[in-house]
Amino acid sequence: MIDVQHITKRYGDRTAIERVTFSVNTGEVLAFLGPNGAGKTTTMRILTCFMPATEGTATVAGFDCNEQPQEVKARIGYLPETPPIYQELTVSEYLTFVGRLKGMKGATLRERMPLVIEQVSLGDVRHRLIANLSRGYRQRVGLAQALLHDPPVLILDEPTVGLDPKQIIEIRELIKSLAGSHTVILSTHILPEATAVCQRVVIINEGRIVAVDTPEHLSARLRQSEKISLTVKTPPPDFADRLRGIPGIISVFAPENGGAYLVECALGRDLRDDIARFVVTGGWGLLELKTISMTLEDVFLRLTQHEEGMGERAGGDASQEARA
Amino acid sequence: MTPAQAIVAKELRSAFTSPIIYVVGAVFLVIFGVLSYIAVVNAGSQAIRLMQIQGMAAKINLNDLVFRPTFYSTAIILLLVLPVLTMRVFAEERKMKTFELLMTSPVSINHIVAGKFVAVFLIYLGMLVLTGVVPVVLAMFNSFDWAPVFTGYLGLLLMGALFLAVGVFASAVTENQIVAEFLSFGILLSVWLMGAMGAILGDTTAGNAISYFAFIEHYDRLVRGLVHTKDLVYFACGVLFMLFLTHRVVESQRWK
Repeated sequence: MIDVQHITKRYGDRTAIERVTFSVNTGEVLAFLGPNGAGKTTTMRILTCFMPATEGTATVAGFDCNEQPQEVKARIGYLPETPPIYQELTVSEYLTFVGRLKGMKGATLRERMPLVIEQVSLGDVRHRLIANLSRGYRQRVGLAQALLHDPPVLILDEPTVGLDPKQIIEIRELIKSLAGSHTVILSTHILPEATAVCQRVVIINEGRIVAVDTPEHLSARLRQSEKISLTVKTPPPDFADRLRGIPGIISVFAPENGGAYLVECALGRDLRDDIARFVVTGGWGLLELKTISMTLEDVFLRLTQHEEGMGERAGGDASQEARA
Repeated sequence: MTPAQAIVAKELRSAFTSPIIYVVGAVFLVIFGVLSYIAVVNAGSQAIRLMQIQGMAAKINLNDLVFRPTFYSTAIILLLVLPVLTMRVFAEERKMKTFELLMTSPVSINHIVAGKFVAVFLIYLGMLVLTGVVPVVLAMFNSFDWAPVFTGYLGLLLMGALFLAVGVFASAVTENQIVAEFLSFGILLSVWLMGAMGAILGDTTAGNAISYFAFIEHYDRLVRGLVHTKDLVYFACGVLFMLFLTHRVVESQRWK
């Protein structure tokens, strides 16, 4: 649905993005992850034909962003970083204007408006001036604007910024419900959001794509060992040393004043069974035993801080830095 | 409703929610009223003087004594008033980041520029229609030739359109409304002064060419009741040229 080939954007001497290549399949939800100034907004602006790329080609639904911008624009719903709202209009006046701007006919507009207002729960404020709305509502007006003409492609620049936790969950549910029928690209800082909503994640740093994969694969790829957290009720003093005796265990970090032991095992081996038997046989009281998967936070920080470290470096250093 | 019509409607809606239009409209109408009142009083005292000299009731010519001076002074008022009317059209969109919505909608830049221009033009047209009270009231008390009044209004309309086109252009150049206002005022005043520059050079090719660019020569003929094609062409070309420049400026924002 969306195909980006080697796009580069330069502002004078400064290169905002360099040779960015990725594609999004129809019905997929893709997250753009990256620190501030990484080039997320620039990439989105190129895809929405707001600005042309210096080099490279981007196509949306088979139309080139440079050659047929009108065709591309008609198929995209775009929520910019700042919601493009006119404060002097009421919500319904604003949405009517946007609908007309997108070339919607009166009948379709009358049909879509209540649906979209319902989708982003704006019903209570539809006749209020946008100037008097809170930030959360304005963000939702922006989202309604992007959804209004029912475009096959949605490009959302940080759609959940400024919303309270309940609204964030609502919007995430909304985006999830759009998947399948719509192709969605969203950028975010909030990493759990990417895991919760998206099928694939593009991590971008300093204008370059660092990784493209599913959230699960990304964390699996960067994990050099299996980590297990173990809580025991009454461990003997030499418990950690005894634990190291189990074949396959690489290291055991003992807690300082009670708490969970962190057990590191060789990659690809699930030793939970052995550990459980070991603890139970000893009669020390097994309270908790679970594997720890690398979170997207760890992956993100590893990739954006230690680009060269993919695969080769010893596991866990970046993730521990993150916790420190 | 096409996207361009939607832009016109939205612009009018926005304009009437802002206090600017009420202040500008009120100031313009009050000044127009005062100017025509002064012209009428002057015409009256001249008539009395004529009566004393000639000893009989003089037929005063309202076209020469009232409408022409009023039209000339109104042109100067427009120079001050119209830039205020146009300053927000593009500058505000860019400041409020709504420009991104316009530019990512399937609307051509031509339609955006035309929509914005038509909206301010309609507001200006409304202001001119309200000034029509003055000739209507005068017509109740005296008779005068309506034709030069209409051509005078045509002159105001055309010259105003050109001022507005310059203002729309200035607004597209910057995202600061004050800068936009002052820039359009500066451009208009400079072009206005070109008329004086042309007059200094006199009846030479250069002098005539420079005078031709100034508004006043073309406006003057219309106020005197002369409708020449070259004046109509001048204003039409001026408006189209400024809107073309606006289009280029708006387009160029994408490349920055």
